[in-house]
Amino acid sequence: MIRGLSTTAANFERTGAHSAAADGATGDIRRDLRLIAEMIEPGARVLDIGCGDGALLGHLVRHKNVDGRGMELSQSGVNSCVGRGLSVIQGDADRDLEAYPTGAFDVVVLSQTLQATREPRRVLETLVRIGRRAIISFPNFGFWRIRLHLLFFGRMPVSHLLPHPWYETPNIHLCTIRDFVAVCDEIGIRVERSITLDRHGRPYSLDPHGSLANLLAEQGVFVLSESRREAKATAQPAG
Amino acid sequence: MSALISSRLRSRSDQDWPGHHLVMREPLRLDCGIEFGPFTIAYQTYGRLNSDRSNAILVCHALTGDQFAADPHPITGKPGWWETMVGPGLVLDTDRFFIVCANVLGGCMGTTGPQAVNPETGEPWALSFPVITVRDMVRAQKRLIDNLGIDSLFCVTGGSMGGMQVLQWAASYPESVFAAVPIATAARHSAQNIAFHEVGRQAIMADPDWSGGRYLSLGRRPVRGLAVARMAAHITYLSEPALHRKFGRNLQDRHTVTYGFDADFQVESYLRHQGSTFVDRFDANSYLYITRAMDYFDLAAEHAGSLPNAFKGTQSRFCIISFTSDWLFPTSESRELVQALNAVAANVSFVEIETDSGHDSFLLHEPELFETLRGFLAGCAEHRGLTRS
Repeated sequence: MIRGLSTTAANFERTGAHSAAADGATGDIRRDLRLIAEMIEPGARVLDIGCGDGALLGHLVRHKNVDGRGMELSQSGVNSCVGRGLSVIQGDADRDLEAYPTGAFDVVVLSQTLQATREPRRVLETLVRIGRRAIISFPNFGFWRIRLHLLFFGRMPVSHLLPHPWYETPNIHLCTIRDFVAVCDEIGIRVERSITLDRHGRPYSLDPHGSLANLLAEQGVFVLSESRREAKATAQPAG
Repeated sequence: MSALISSRLRSRSDQDWPGHHLVMREPLRLDCGIEFGPFTIAYQTYGRLNSDRSNAILVCHALTGDQFAADPHPITGKPGWWETMVGPGLVLDTDRFFIVCANVLGGCMGTTGPQAVNPETGEPWALSFPVITVRDMVRAQKRLIDNLGIDSLFCVTGGSMGGMQVLQWAASYPESVFAAVPIATAARHSAQNIAFHEVGRQAIMADPDWSGGRYLSLGRRPVRGLAVARMAAHITYLSEPALHRKFGRNLQDRHTVTYGFDADFQVESYLRHQGSTFVDRFDANSYLYITRAMDYFDLAAEHAGSLPNAFKGTQSRFCIISFTSDWLFPTSESRELVQALNAVAANVSFVEIETDSGHDSFLLHEPELFETLRGFLAGCAEHRGLTRS
C-alpha cells in the first residue's frame, strides 16, 4: 500500500526541524512555507498535499481561518496531524487525488513533493482540476550548485533540499525551473505567478522564465490554474 | 454458576436492567415494512448535558456490546467495554461531554429484542420478531436522542457494527451529526463477513435446544450452538500474529499432548472460555437478528449504488480509523469510505493505526487511537465553540 516513494522523505524539512512546535503563537514557520501561506486568502478551502506534520496547514487554520484539509503519505505524519485537530487523510498524490470533484478547493498546495510523484504531469493536471489554483514548490535541478556538483565531482548531486543518495532517493522526477515552465505550457496550465527562491528561501527578483533564474534559484514556487477549462468544456460532445 | 446466571438472563424482563429505559409508544416503521411498537430502549448516560445541549456524544456499540460502555456489566461484573475511553478526564471526557450509549434494537440488554415478550401473545417474540437493519437501529436511536431534547449530536462514534451505525447516522441525519468517528468498519458487510456470520447462525440453529427459536418458552437455551458461534467469531476479531503472540502452540496445564480431544492447546482453552462466558450474557436469537442486520448493511445500495451519494452535501466532520491487522474490516474498506467522502468534498480525516491486535483493537488500549480521537474531538470542539466547563 505504501510505496517506497515517500512525500515525507522528499519533504524532509517539513517533518524535521520545522516540527509542530515551530507553529507557535508567533505563527513562525519556514520561510518558503510562509511565502505560500501569504498567497492564500483567509477563509479559503485549502488542500495541502504532502502536508508532513501539518506545519503549514496548522498555520493556515490558525492564522488564516481556512477550511483546511491535508493529505500525507507517512502514517506517523497523518496521525500527528489528526492528533492536533487537523483534517488529514493518509494518501498518495499519484493515487488519491482523482476522487476529488472538480473545483473542490480554492487552493491546492503541493510543496516539495512533485518530484517524488510517479506521474508528475498527471498530478499537475489533477491539481488544477480539483483546485481553482494550485501552489507548487519544487527544488530546481538547474541550480548552479547542483550543476557544479555534477560537473566537478561527477556524482549525483546531494543538497539540503535533495539530501538522499541516488539509490534511496524518493525524488524520482527531478526537473529544472525551465522544464517545469515547459510542461505547464505543454499541457495548457496557466502560470499565474511564479517566484524563485535563493538558498535561504528568500525571493529573488528574477524573471522565472529567464536562464538566470534557472541558474540562481534553489527552488521555485508557482501559482497555477487550469487555463483551458472552458476550452475543455466546449470540446465535450453536446449530446 | 453458569446455569444460575443463564436463568437470570432468561427471567429478567426489559425493565430489570440497571440504567435508563424509555418506552416508545409510537411505532417505528422498519425497513422490512412493519410498523413496530411500542418498544423499549435501554440506555446509559455519563456526564451532563450542557445548557445549549451541544455536548452530547452518542456511542454505538458493536454486535455483542451493550449500553454499559463505562459501567460494570450487570451480569458478568466485568468493566464496561469502553471504560478506557469513557470517563472523567478520558478521551470521551465525562467532565466535558454528555455520553449516551443505547442497547440496539434487537439487543438483549433491555432494548426490545427477540427475547422480549410480545404483548399480543404473552410469549417471547423469538423468530416472530421482525428482521431489523442497522438503519432501524439508528431510527430507534434518533427517537431516543429527540426524546432527550438533543437536536444535534456533537459526535457519533463506535467500532465495527457501532461504526456502521455511525455511518448510517451521518447518511440519514446529517444535520444532527456534527462529527462522526466510524472505527474499524465499512460501508457494507463483505461476502467473507456474511459467510462468517452464517457459520455462527448455523451453529446456533443446529443446537437442538434452539428448538426453532422457541427455546425461552420451552425453558431451554442453545448454549452449545451460541458458544460455537462466539468461538468462530472471536477468531475473526483477532489476528494470526496476536494469536501467536498470546498462545503460540503452548499447551494448557500439561507437558505433552493427550492424544484426545481435550483442550490440549492454550488457544483451544481460551476459545472455549470465550464461548462459555458469552452464553451467560447473550441471547441466541438476538445474535441471529443482529448478525443479520450487519449482513444487510450496504450504505451505497440505499443510494442507488453510489456511496458518495450517501454523504452528498454533508457538513459533518469525519474521522475514519482503521487498524493494520484488522482483516474483518480491513483498511481498504475504510479507504473506500474516505474516497467516497472526498468525492463529495467532505471534511474527512483518516488514520490507520499500526497494531497486531486485529479487529478488536478498538476495544483495547491503543495509545494512537486515543491520541487521534482526543485530537480530533479537540479540533471539533473548537469549531463547535464548545468551551471547557
